[in-house]
Amino acid sequence: MNGHAQRRYTGDLVNLDKGRISREIFTHQAIYDEELERIFARSWQFVGHESQVAANGDFVLSRMGEESVIFNRDRHGKLHVLLNNCRHRGMRVCRYDKGNTRKFACPFHAWVFSDEGALIGVPKLESGYHNQLDRSQWGLIEARVANYHGYIFACWDEETPEFETYLGDLRFCFDDYCELPDGTHGEWEAFGGVLKWRVPCNWKFGAENFSGDYYHNPSHASADAIILSPAGTKGRHTYDTVTHKRERQLLNICTAEGHAGRGELFKEDYDYVPTYQEMVVVEDYFRECYARRQERLGEKARWFGHGGTIFPNVSYSNGVQSMGTWYPAGVHETEVWRIFLAPKSAPDEVKDVLRHYVIRYQGPSGLTEQDDMENWGSAHEGARGTIARRYDYHYGMGMGYEKKAWPASWLGGDIYATQDVSEQNQRAYYRRWARDMDLPPRDRRQPMPAEAAE
Amino acid sequence: MTNQTVIDRLVLRHEIEQFFIIEAELLDTRQFNAWLDLLADDIRYWMPIASNRQHGKWDGEYTREGQDLNWLDEGKFELEQRVRQIETGLHWAEEPVSRTTHMFSNLQVTQADGDMIDTQCRFLVYRNRTETETNFFVGKRHDRLRRGKDGFQLSVRKIFLDQSVLLAKNLTVFF
Repeated sequence: MNGHAQRRYTGDLVNLDKGRISREIFTHQAIYDEELERIFARSWQFVGHESQVAANGDFVLSRMGEESVIFNRDRHGKLHVLLNNCRHRGMRVCRYDKGNTRKFACPFHAWVFSDEGALIGVPKLESGYHNQLDRSQWGLIEARVANYHGYIFACWDEETPEFETYLGDLRFCFDDYCELPDGTHGEWEAFGGVLKWRVPCNWKFGAENFSGDYYHNPSHASADAIILSPAGTKGRHTYDTVTHKRERQLLNICTAEGHAGRGELFKEDYDYVPTYQEMVVVEDYFRECYARRQERLGEKARWFGHGGTIFPNVSYSNGVQSMGTWYPAGVHETEVWRIFLAPKSAPDEVKDVLRHYVIRYQGPSGLTEQDDMENWGSAHEGARGTIARRYDYHYGMGMGYEKKAWPASWLGGDIYATQDVSEQNQRAYYRRWARDMDLPPRDRRQPMPAEAAE
Repeated sequence: MTNQTVIDRLVLRHEIEQFFIIEAELLDTRQFNAWLDLLADDIRYWMPIASNRQHGKWDGEYTREGQDLNWLDEGKFELEQRVRQIETGLHWAEEPVSRTTHMFSNLQVTQADGDMIDTQCRFLVYRNRTETETNFFVGKRHDRLRRGKDGFQLSVRKIFLDQSVLLAKNLTVFF
């Protein structure tokens, strides 16, 4: 492909009428560079959970696209997402992954920024700048912040709609994810530590896989053969043991916005199956949660979410309650960050079971995700060859057979709910991707602020 | 220090070195079940996650055992499951299986209290698989050995990897 040519993504590189996508979108440097501008500079991106910065002054480093951001709670309790980049020469003003502070001082020339991002200290302001620097114009770049049930998203673009509008018809699925096991919107708490690691593949492979690729289940045969579920029986999911009464399994949910969910629907009279008989406290907790969820949600308690992807690069997993973010780290590499959460009020025994299960399921030591990463790395390599990349990837499974199957009516909005394996979710994801990629960016360079004497 | 004390210490050190050398040999020759036999039934096998912290505030540099996330936080049952998974021949992250070389150095016996011996060492685990996939895992290891009638068993292993962002796509090798 000619890197200089005018690219049209919709209908060409991403030809969803024919169910084909060019391998170039995973491996071409110029396309990757465009993604940073057209996808990441515009989209709402997950930056962390509010419990990671529980106290005033707390901060953690996070990322948006390729860039480092500070996610912090200022001394007044307000949440901020600030580009971790000094306005003077661009050095990181925060070099620690986690801590508590009232200010961020740049190591290079010692410009100092407050916990709200304001430039509050400039050495030699008088003798060097002759008081000609308007500090009010040179604070840290601050992103818009949305707090959705404690899950924090940020966006650089003023023209992108509010987060709730952006989330669109995924609300039912993501609300369900944000609910505690008892069906209430109580507090989740992130475990200490963030899993961060590198995978040799383009960032979209993880995002697409979690959007709804039930078709890849055979690659997890080895995890299915051992005892991974905390219930201590064969299988890898907690929900494998919840009930035997299923009305619809493997439901793929996709929205017009390109977001995706996965889940299943239990029968009306689904029962609680004792799961943790050897752990009384844990068993009691989940039994009680089941009863309360039934009571609270009624018919909608039959929905059992598995996870999904919020465009462009965060995947949520129910059951292990994790958020996995696929950060672009060059066209051929992804940096994955995962946090895991537990209900804040749950007994320690429950947290312990969840904590052990999650790191055994997902992440680099996770017995399931290990095989996923093998798949993505190899698929990426397969998109690089001169001959190989002349041939599009097939994304046509179930094309024309997308359904608004029940329970689509109460999932709400303009969504498709298709049972069993289908690539409708991937198609919805790449349709959105292509739409954004076809929109040229506005003027990128920010106007210089007026240099008024102070 | 008497000559006998010196000799006792050298003998103990030699025994420990031999144990670790044999352990590494079993792992590098993929005799995973024989390796499992070296582990006490109540083994704690733990690898925390490192993060970058301010000078002097290093208490939080590694995630905490028993409450935070860790790269690995396993007992014997879980380690056995990991071996079982490799043995399926379908665990694609380890199929074809890795070539590994386990090395240790800087061995210190930090405490020898009867049958319970605490040691510290540095480790280097080299992994190469398929064609060019290569990782170096380097760090510190704190081990507790327990002497039984059939020799030593490993009862605690703490693995401190010198990386905050893991520069490997997975942790399918044993440390």
